Amino acid sequence: MAVIAEPVTAQARRSSLWIRAFESRNFLGAMFMVPAIAILILFLAYPLALGFWLGMTDTKIGGVGRFIGFQNFVSLSKDSVFWLSVFNTIFYTVFASIVKFAIGLYLALLLNERLPFKSMVRAIVLLPFVVPTVLSAIAFWWIYDSQFSIISWVLIKAGLLTHYIDFLGDPWNARWSVVLANIWRGVPFVAITLLAGLQTISPSLYEAANLDGATNMQRFRHITLPMLSPIIAVVMTFSVLMTFTDFQLIYTITRGGPINATHLMATLSFQRAITGGNLGEGAAISNAMIPFLVAAILLSFFGLQRSRWQQGGRD
Amino acid sequence: MSSVQIRDVRKSFGNFEVLHGVTIPIEDGQFVVLVGPSGCGKSTLLRMLAGLENITSGTISIGDRVVNNVQPKERDIAMVFQNYALYPHMTVAENMGFSLKLRNAGSDEINKRVKRAAEILALSPLLDRYPRQLSGGQRQRVAMGRAIVRDPQVFLFDEPLSNLDAKLRVAMRTEIKELHQRLKTTTVYVTHDQIEAMTMADKIVVMHDGIVEQMGTPLELYDKPDNQFVAGFIGSPAMNFLKGHVRVNGVATFEGPNGVKLPLKNAPAASDGKPVVYGVRPEHFTIADDGADAEIVVVEPTGSETQVFAKLGGEQVVAVFRERHQFNPGDKVKLKPDPDVIHLFDEATGKRL
Repeated sequence: MAVIAEPVTAQARRSSLWIRAFESRNFLGAMFMVPAIAILILFLAYPLALGFWLGMTDTKIGGVGRFIGFQNFVSLSKDSVFWLSVFNTIFYTVFASIVKFAIGLYLALLLNERLPFKSMVRAIVLLPFVVPTVLSAIAFWWIYDSQFSIISWVLIKAGLLTHYIDFLGDPWNARWSVVLANIWRGVPFVAITLLAGLQTISPSLYEAANLDGATNMQRFRHITLPMLSPIIAVVMTFSVLMTFTDFQLIYTITRGGPINATHLMATLSFQRAITGGNLGEGAAISNAMIPFLVAAILLSFFGLQRSRWQQGGRD
Repeated sequence: MSSVQIRDVRKSFGNFEVLHGVTIPIEDGQFVVLVGPSGCGKSTLLRMLAGLENITSGTISIGDRVVNNVQPKERDIAMVFQNYALYPHMTVAENMGFSLKLRNAGSDEINKRVKRAAEILALSPLLDRYPRQLSGGQRQRVAMGRAIVRDPQVFLFDEPLSNLDAKLRVAMRTEIKELHQRLKTTTVYVTHDQIEAMTMADKIVVMHDGIVEQMGTPLELYDKPDNQFVAGFIGSPAMNFLKGHVRVNGVATFEGPNGVKLPLKNAPAASDGKPVVYGVRPEHFTIADDGADAEIVVVEPTGSETQVFAKLGGEQVVAVFRERHQFNPGDKVKLKPDPDVIHLFDEATGKRL
């Protein structure tokens, strides 16, 4: 009896443990999170950690690096090209973001009005966002070409100019040119997101403000802007992050030239790490972007965080 | 305070006319309620009065001034919206003072007037809160406060109580009426709820399909409805209608469905055999030996009164009794309408006879 009974109870105990585990909310919850956590670790945490590690080594392509502490950062701090790229990145981000916001808000307000062919105009506004970045960058490359530029051609034909503009050969021309390309590329995102925000504002608020005696300008100032501020915070955070880390446009149009005048931190990192083979130094440049990005996030988080009126609850 | 004149006003959206020539005189200080079913054009009319919709034809004047082409902000009116339309990013005080701030009033004056309005509406402890932190009834009062602070010529209310629960609605009804008695500002109030209309109005305007069916004091509309629509719309439970004919041989009677005979005080001239609709309010039935035979279907006691649904000549009617009769479904009773207060309508036109 005992010989037969023992394995049966053992099996029963094991299966009941298994069943109980699956009935436990905590265990089940943990099980459901496993795939997501695995993906996050594999594709986000591990590369990030590897990046940090590489930045502390002198790894070259094909070689195993040694740990050298902060030496990469020390040498970068004396590297004028690195500091130029920091300047370029900030310049690029500040100007492109401000103009993208201004044009995006203007377009969103326009598209929120009753317009003829509204849906068609909306679709057109989205176009730059739909075209693959590299393709639009190549188009800009042609527009800015020193011999075939359509802008120069039109201006000369119109008699406004006597010689072709050297868009990408002069450092400041090149900087403004890539900023412009980035603005063209980034406006739809800002415009469509702000438009979505505008449409959540109840029309009766405008009617009430109208009856209260507000002019158009006052309605914008006292209703639209404050109601839109949470969306603006989110959009601008994303816009700044995407602009700061931009790579494709620059790499396609200028490759960082002329004389590094348009090198952003991202393109410089790529050039040093992949083209130049110094993986350690490239990773260090990438890591140097992190403080800027964290600062941008914190700024938008604290500066435009959810104001008191948005928080629910009663007291 | 001002009178308001609405003269032959029409409104079309594209080719579709929703208001077909509406004329409503409103006296200075009157509380006028526009009431009607959904889609009757009452809200559109109110929005035209506010200046939020264009006037297709006709004129609206506030005081002596025709306001057809006057901007909303220059009409000197204040409106309370159905969803209150409070500015969510402003405190109660800022919401109420917003219009004054736009007019560049000094902060002392704004404070003074906001404080006074807050006292009237018992909002003083809530002045620093945001709309999200308020209950429905409190938001409603803030919306009214915003209107009071302006001290406008006319108050407009667009179904202001329909987002409140039943109990609060009754309380706010009284509050609004009390407020009007205190401020005596001309008020135009839109609702689909005839009880709100009856309880609050100096004058009720019943609208239906873009026309005015009848205007008058609440009791005029209740006692002498011009037509079958008004008769059915005003009063709760609604008036019973029975189709039949007038019979005049010696004594006038009404012959209803399946030969049911109901009393008439006097028949309209030359109306023998005329097809009519006999209207009797539920509260005007009594149980009497000389009544018509009816069979009880459902009994609904509400405490103060009892609603009885019964079959009278095959038609379902409802009667309301304040006495506590012991009825059960299936019981046979004799229902008698009070001939002094019954209503006769022309079957073809629906007009009162």
